[in-house]
Amino acid sequence: MIRFLLKGILRDRNRSMLPVIVVIIGVFLTVMLSCWITGIMGDIVDMNANFTTGHVKIMTRTYAKNSDLIPNDLALMNVSELINQLDSKYPSMEWVERIRFGGLIDIAGENGETRAQGPAAGQAFDLLSTGSKELERMNIKKSIVSGRIPDKQGEILISHDFAERFGIGPGDEVTLFSSTMYGSMTFKNFKIAGTVRFGVALLDKGAILIDITDAQQVFDMEDAAGEILGYSKGNRYNDEEAGTIASSFNAGYASDKDEFAPQMVTLRNQNSLASYIDLIDKMSGIMVTVFVLAMSIVLWNTGLLGGLRRYNEFGLRLAMGEEKKHIYKTLIYESVLIGTIGSVVGTVFGLLAAYALQKHGLDFSSAMKNSSMMTPAVFRAVVTPGAFYIGFIPGLFSMVLGNALSGIGIYKRKTAQLFKELEV
Amino acid sequence: MMKLLIICIVTAGLIYPDAKTILGKVDQNMSSKNRVFESMMIINGIRSKRTLTSKTYSEGDKRSFTEFLSPAREQGTKMLKVEGQLWIYSPSTDRTIQISGHLLRQSVMGSDLSYEDMMDDRKLTDVYNAAVTGEEKIGDRNTWVLELKAKVTDAAYESRKIWIDEERYVPLREELFAKSGQLLKRTDLKDVVMTEGRWFPTTIIYKDMLKQGDGTEFRISSIKFNQDIPEYIFTKAALKQ
Repeated sequence: MIRFLLKGILRDRNRSMLPVIVVIIGVFLTVMLSCWITGIMGDIVDMNANFTTGHVKIMTRTYAKNSDLIPNDLALMNVSELINQLDSKYPSMEWVERIRFGGLIDIAGENGETRAQGPAAGQAFDLLSTGSKELERMNIKKSIVSGRIPDKQGEILISHDFAERFGIGPGDEVTLFSSTMYGSMTFKNFKIAGTVRFGVALLDKGAILIDITDAQQVFDMEDAAGEILGYSKGNRYNDEEAGTIASSFNAGYASDKDEFAPQMVTLRNQNSLASYIDLIDKMSGIMVTVFVLAMSIVLWNTGLLGGLRRYNEFGLRLAMGEEKKHIYKTLIYESVLIGTIGSVVGTVFGLLAAYALQKHGLDFSSAMKNSSMMTPAVFRAVVTPGAFYIGFIPGLFSMVLGNALSGIGIYKRKTAQLFKELEV
Repeated sequence: MMKLLIICIVTAGLIYPDAKTILGKVDQNMSSKNRVFESMMIINGIRSKRTLTSKTYSEGDKRSFTEFLSPAREQGTKMLKVEGQLWIYSPSTDRTIQISGHLLRQSVMGSDLSYEDMMDDRKLTDVYNAAVTGEEKIGDRNTWVLELKAKVTDAAYESRKIWIDEERYVPLREELFAKSGQLLKRTDLKDVVMTEGRWFPTTIIYKDMLKQGDGTEFRISSIKFNQDIPEYIFTKAALKQ
């Protein structure tokens, strides 16, 4: 019977063309948008994890309360000992020191006095150690616009936009003016090794990157760090694992009333990321629901139109003695076949579009100029295994639902009127 | 009862001297043509206590020059204020950096003093309108309580409450308020000594009310008024010397 129905669908294009096109478009949009939104959300979470939150982050309790102010006077002390403890207790994680800081970048004129000056938001991490994964994590290699990665202390990476604004570049010297952990003024001359552009408006406004050992020296933070970030060695954020580690770590300090005791928070509980993480989990479901509803309505309508067009066909089949139930059943089978054909084609097109968006993305940098969120400027899709089947759910379900609703009309046909109708 | 109240108010008004006169006498003690002093700043941070020593030359409310003498990390750092501008010289980088804008409200060396606090030493009578609001005792000293409202737009603090020693005409306590009425800083002035014919507090305890920690103690170890300060001291060239 399937073969018979398939022949009918292929030969009578008026019967199948419109529903197939609707299903293809719906499935295409479901697959592509689901991949794209999952990609954007994932990029936002990954970017936050790599730059600021880690998969988990350790700070002192009082630093955590004021973390927006980057209060390095409340930083963690004896961090090497703490990291040793963390390494042995949580071997599935990699622990890194980070220091965030604010300051002024001062550019000297010919006579050594201030020629230009601008506020900078800095980040210090392990730039120089061999085997450090931080360069990869911060995507430094790909972000270099001019110059190179620092290879010794006293070198700095500076935002390309900032460098352009002040007419400086690789090889030039700038002075960082800031405060030490104890509040003293601190000055340090750095040589610009390279300029970077991350494609994140928040970072590209005035970011400076220095090695952690330079920062510890400049800010008088020997064996101290504002934050210790923990990354899962598989480099995938697992909310459940992060939550378990944070609970276990914090339980160890539950009886310690010191405001400088360390406190661990998960990525989920930083930068308002909880809603994003939840949204990523729910995204496929949301997309499927939206498209099932929208397409069902369209296909119901299409089915009704088809039903009207096939009014005589159904009448003739009933007159020939075919049971209403059988006609209804064949209509459903037909819809399954049409849904499958549409879903396959739509998924192929959707995946192709998603791959293109994964590779090239859409550049929203002009719209994100003043963004204060840690979001990428180029929005990319990500093709997930789920993308290969997700389109079949709305494709099949909505087609079957649409035809099931419109097919109810078959049961309303009265046999007594059939011949009269057929004479017309 | 009403008559008694009116008599009390009138009598009180007669007892309190004119606020402007009080402030004028305070300015006579606290202001001078110039001064040279060595001081010690003890900063009681939330985690540590630090002591910085410095030597300052100041001339009226326009020019001042400070060189930090210790500790080693700060030694040789110099600050020059001329009119409304401030330059800082760092010997470690051999750079002179100009500080301006909102940075002037930042803490100096992690203390409870801002650059603005250090720079703004105009006469109180030039900046504020004052009214005497009462009398209080601080320790064993009787004080007039004055409330000051800024009459210029560039005052560092919109209003102040000052407790003035009734006998010596030096402030013994001060509360500094923002435009919103929020208390920003409190200072206690102690160890008032007679030097060169004027009363002068040699210890000032600053407490930034928005900052953690136990405040900053500013002790003047030696002070000389109306000295012959060489002109080059107030030039940028002096920063690098």
